[in-house]
Amino acid sequence: MEFLQPSSWPEALAMKAAHPDALPIAGGTDVMVEINFDRQRPASVLDLTRVAALDEWGMDGALLRIGAGVTYTRIIGELGDRLPGLAMASRTVGSPQIRNRGTVGGNLGSASPAGDAHPPLLASDGLVELASENGIRRLPLREFYTGPKRNAMRKDELIAAFLVRPADGPQQFSKVGTRNAMVIAVCSFAIAIDSGRRHIGTGIGSAAPTPVTAGDAEKFIDGVLDEAGLWEKPAEVVPSALVRFGELVAAAARPIDDVRGTAAYRKHALAVLARRTFTWAWDEYRMTASA
Amino acid sequence: MRLSCAVNGRSLVAEEVWEGESLLYVLRERMGLFGSKNACEQGECGSCSVYLDGALVCACLVLAGQAEGRAVVTVEGIGSAESLHPVQQAFAEAGAVQCGFCTPGLIVATHDLLSRVPDPTTIQIREALAGNICRCTGYAKIIEAVHVAAARMTR
Amino acid sequence: MRPRLAPPSAVSGRVGQAVRRPDAAIKTRGDFPYSSDLQVEGMLWGATVRSPHPYARIISIDATEARSMPGVHAVLTHKDVPGRKVYGLEIPDQPVLAMDVARYWGEAVALVAADHPEQARRAAHAVRVEYEVLTPLTDPELALTGGPPRLHPDGNITRAIKIRRGDQEPRADVIVTGEYEVGMQDQAPLGPESGLAIPDADGGVDLYIATQWLHVDRDQLAGCLGLPHEKVRLIMAGIGGAFGAREDLSMQAHACMLALRTGRPVKMSYSRAESFVGHVHRHPARMRYEHGATREGKLVYVKARILLDGGAYASSSTAVISNACCFAVGPYECPNATIDGWVVYTNNPPCGAMRGFGSVQNCYAHEAQMDKLAAALQMDPVELRIRNAMTTGSTLITGQAVDGPVPVAELLRRIAAMSLPGAVSRDHLDLTQMPGGVSNTTHGEGVRRGIGYAVGFKNVGYSEGFDDYSTARVRLSVARGRPRVEVHTAGAEVGQGLVMVQAQIAGTELGVHDVVVLGADTEVGSSGSSSASRQTYITGGAVKAACEAVRERVLALAESELAELGRIGAGDSAGMRLEGDAIVAADGDVILPLATLLGEEVIDETREFRPRRTTRLDPETGQANAHMQFAFAAHRAVVDVDTELGLVKVVELATAQDVGKAINPQAVEGQLEGGAAQGLGLAVMEEIQVKDGVIRNPSFTDYLLPTTLDMPPVRMDILELGDPNSPYGLKGVGEPPTISSGPAIVAAIRAASGRPLARVPVRPHDIVDTE
Repeated sequence: MEFLQPSSWPEALAMKAAHPDALPIAGGTDVMVEINFDRQRPASVLDLTRVAALDEWGMDGALLRIGAGVTYTRIIGELGDRLPGLAMASRTVGSPQIRNRGTVGGNLGSASPAGDAHPPLLASDGLVELASENGIRRLPLREFYTGPKRNAMRKDELIAAFLVRPADGPQQFSKVGTRNAMVIAVCSFAIAIDSGRRHIGTGIGSAAPTPVTAGDAEKFIDGVLDEAGLWEKPAEVVPSALVRFGELVAAAARPIDDVRGTAAYRKHALAVLARRTFTWAWDEYRMTASA
Repeated sequence: MRLSCAVNGRSLVAEEVWEGESLLYVLRERMGLFGSKNACEQGECGSCSVYLDGALVCACLVLAGQAEGRAVVTVEGIGSAESLHPVQQAFAEAGAVQCGFCTPGLIVATHDLLSRVPDPTTIQIREALAGNICRCTGYAKIIEAVHVAAARMTR
Repeated sequence: MRPRLAPPSAVSGRVGQAVRRPDAAIKTRGDFPYSSDLQVEGMLWGATVRSPHPYARIISIDATEARSMPGVHAVLTHKDVPGRKVYGLEIPDQPVLAMDVARYWGEAVALVAADHPEQARRAAHAVRVEYEVLTPLTDPELALTGGPPRLHPDGNITRAIKIRRGDQEPRADVIVTGEYEVGMQDQAPLGPESGLAIPDADGGVDLYIATQWLHVDRDQLAGCLGLPHEKVRLIMAGIGGAFGAREDLSMQAHACMLALRTGRPVKMSYSRAESFVGHVHRHPARMRYEHGATREGKLVYVKARILLDGGAYASSSTAVISNACCFAVGPYECPNATIDGWVVYTNNPPCGAMRGFGSVQNCYAHEAQMDKLAAALQMDPVELRIRNAMTTGSTLITGQAVDGPVPVAELLRRIAAMSLPGAVSRDHLDLTQMPGGVSNTTHGEGVRRGIGYAVGFKNVGYSEGFDDYSTARVRLSVARGRPRVEVHTAGAEVGQGLVMVQAQIAGTELGVHDVVVLGADTEVGSSGSSSASRQTYITGGAVKAACEAVRERVLALAESELAELGRIGAGDSAGMRLEGDAIVAADGDVILPLATLLGEEVIDETREFRPRRTTRLDPETGQANAHMQFAFAAHRAVVDVDTELGLVKVVELATAQDVGKAINPQAVEGQLEGGAAQGLGLAVMEEIQVKDGVIRNPSFTDYLLPTTLDMPPVRMDILELGDPNSPYGLKGVGEPPTISSGPAIVAAIRAASGRPLARVPVRPHDIVDTE
């Protein structure tokens, strides 16, 4: 096994170009399990923890651009006000030890459908920035996930950053697990109210081959809010609409039975989570709008 | 490969490290620091908790080469044989130690918690230590020990 | 050449004091050497080749490539087992390395020793094993009817138990029935199976190992290695928890074989994934019950059918099924009983000992039945239990009259009388207090509170005529001008505190301040296993007996010295005792310091201690005085259940337990809290999921253990009622907390959700109806 340790971003890209099969490692929370459990023996490992550029975040036009190496602990501490949904999801990632090391970049690279960062980023129409020696491309996350633990990266590319609009309205994240802490999602759901664009964004985790959005549910609830004029005069959404929203979220999932839960339960739980998280977020919106 | 880093304030070098070794393996088998424990080697139990450049991490999830030139503090760097750290003292007194395999990781995690939150509530303690599995005690005496240590350290 | 081991433990204290563990400080420093921490110069690493199939014929094993790989020193197969090719605690049916057939997924097939663990792993991958894959027998019901296939020469039934008590065709006013299922729990000790074998120049071997019973390991190893007992020396290394997982051999024979073959020290240390196939688990159970009672709520009869899946090899299955049947009714008076139990061989992972040992599974069933009966009678469930509670002199369904305190009703009254925890505040949302925890699944929606009760009991020590004993050597001498006692036993300090209990007993019996407990090894006689809640009783009893022998000699010496000095007349020693490092008179006055009396003299006594004998169950009726002591505990659980998502937050556990005499009150509390946590785990999250013989979740990512946010505070009421038959009146403490805690939690979830919940662990999809 070869250990590659670039100290700058250009050097990292050059190494990846020269070693297209190199497995990138940052916090190691996924990669090291593979190595310790003898599930993978990559020919080379590319350590990104010396690339300072990956640890930076800032505004890029109207978007927040967050380096792939920013840890969950920093997202909670530094970005909780701008990205509350992602911060809530980050709080549910593993333990303090894991959050101190794990990164959203790693979550994107692994592309596990159970990754906690995916649903809130999908709900906010996030982008991923991929870089190679041949240039940079930004891809909507909705197009990034291509299958279970597969994504649209080319062999010469590395994840530089992800980009997302700062929250313009309340956000929520919920994750079902069979333990009250430190648990991989049985299923998860994120919701983001975009009051400027008058849109409800959604993201579903661990209930399909990839993280997915619930497009029909979004269209439905956007319609309900528009028709009833609830953006102008925020009031409660009628229970029947909430039920329908939940059903549509569940319908967007394509879950399987596995060690963590059954497909039927996952659909059931997603409907519950969708209703609850929408209600929490909408209640908060109504309070702030009426204040 | 060759690995050098500062461990508990001393600069240590390990030779002929296989690139796939974790920091945990290097600390234990090459540096003789067996205090960090090998219970799950997948970041699920916290028994190998150490500081890496001041951040609490699971040593099993750090690839050895990632620690090159970094500062590592293990349980052996907290307190000394002559004088236990108040956290260690409190664990020993409160009955928070049974088989003790989780204890070193809990000592480091508690040390980290109290450095950030000097007088934590029970709920804060429970959330901060959720990544440290103990199979023997049911946690009650561990939580009691953290309170005792916090009280002594803030006095 | 010796690896570094923990120093002897120095303790001062008396029976009944919350003496601090002697190994606590060194453990907090990370300086306590566990069996995975051992290292000596020139050491090799062992690795194991394991079967990827639950059932397969081994056609051939080709190690040519593996042997030629860098760093590899040996590759061994069953052909290299020097002595007996099989071992087992009760039935020698398990191959040291699979021979013609592999009978479970992960069974050891070959061994590798190499310079570096990665070289050993790579070589293990390179061992070519050709298998003929066979259809595994994974349904215990099918095994019960004979298979096919027939997995062992005597068939697939490892043991059948029949208990017949009283009227076999009884009539009752009210009848309730139920079928219950318990999943496979893992002991999950945090310390991995590990050890270091060092060959000596004479063809023998020293094994530094973490085990629950050194001598039974030694006896099995000597047979398999083809060596006389004295050439196989076992030395205890630090034990990172056990809970039953270290009763059987895991890597012991393997490390010794590699060491003897290579002439080099060999270390083996399992990964967590390997640990899941490296030790036995708690038996999964299927139980069918029928309870009949009078309108007034008195039990008339219980009929039960209990089927345990023992997996591929026997381990301690025959004793586990005995317990499951003997205690099938729970701690209740029941004049008529018809119990049929079987433990069977399958191609599932082997099962054996785990804390609670057969009494955990049946408690889920009998307590669910009692709640059903209470509902059918419209009676309070605690009242129903009290009405049927066993008392002193009650007869078990096996015909044995129970003597000593039997405080079943008292324990129930005490937990029922404890105040209940308050509701969770809805004003201040604190996710950690909610079902689902920090994952933010509810802010109170769907949450309902439930309360449940359960009581259970089991035997302490070995049953059914097993010659249960322990050996202790106690040596009194003078060191640096002070009397010093050394206690030497082979008893395994698995974390429970045996090391301080032994010292407390010696300190009490000999009135000496400085007591040192030496490391356990096979240089002294057997202590039996650290299991069955027996060590404080049996090894404690042995230490007490050895101390009494030492004391007798000291007092005799004192009498003759004092008579010689003319300070007392012959036979005038009545009332003299040892206290405060001195011989004191009946009134407590110091007569003579021990150090002065002893001088250079060393008093060294070894004693064996045996509790009262038991007898084997009658094969037709199950009647026998099969058990020597019983321990009782009751639990109340308060839970909040998110009834829409099926998520559970255990709010509080309350327990009452009779410990006879708390030798160390702090350690007793630790057992009650820790045991309850393991009960909680089985109730709501812990299960080894096996499909077609393959473990689907061999990791701590998917085999979930309770965290700080899952385990609630435990309110404890510890009774010390004193057993007239045991040393100091003590009772075994370790297992009862694991028996009734889980059933109380499941009862509480039923109360909150209204769901039947006949299977544990309870999963979210069992609580919500997704059909």
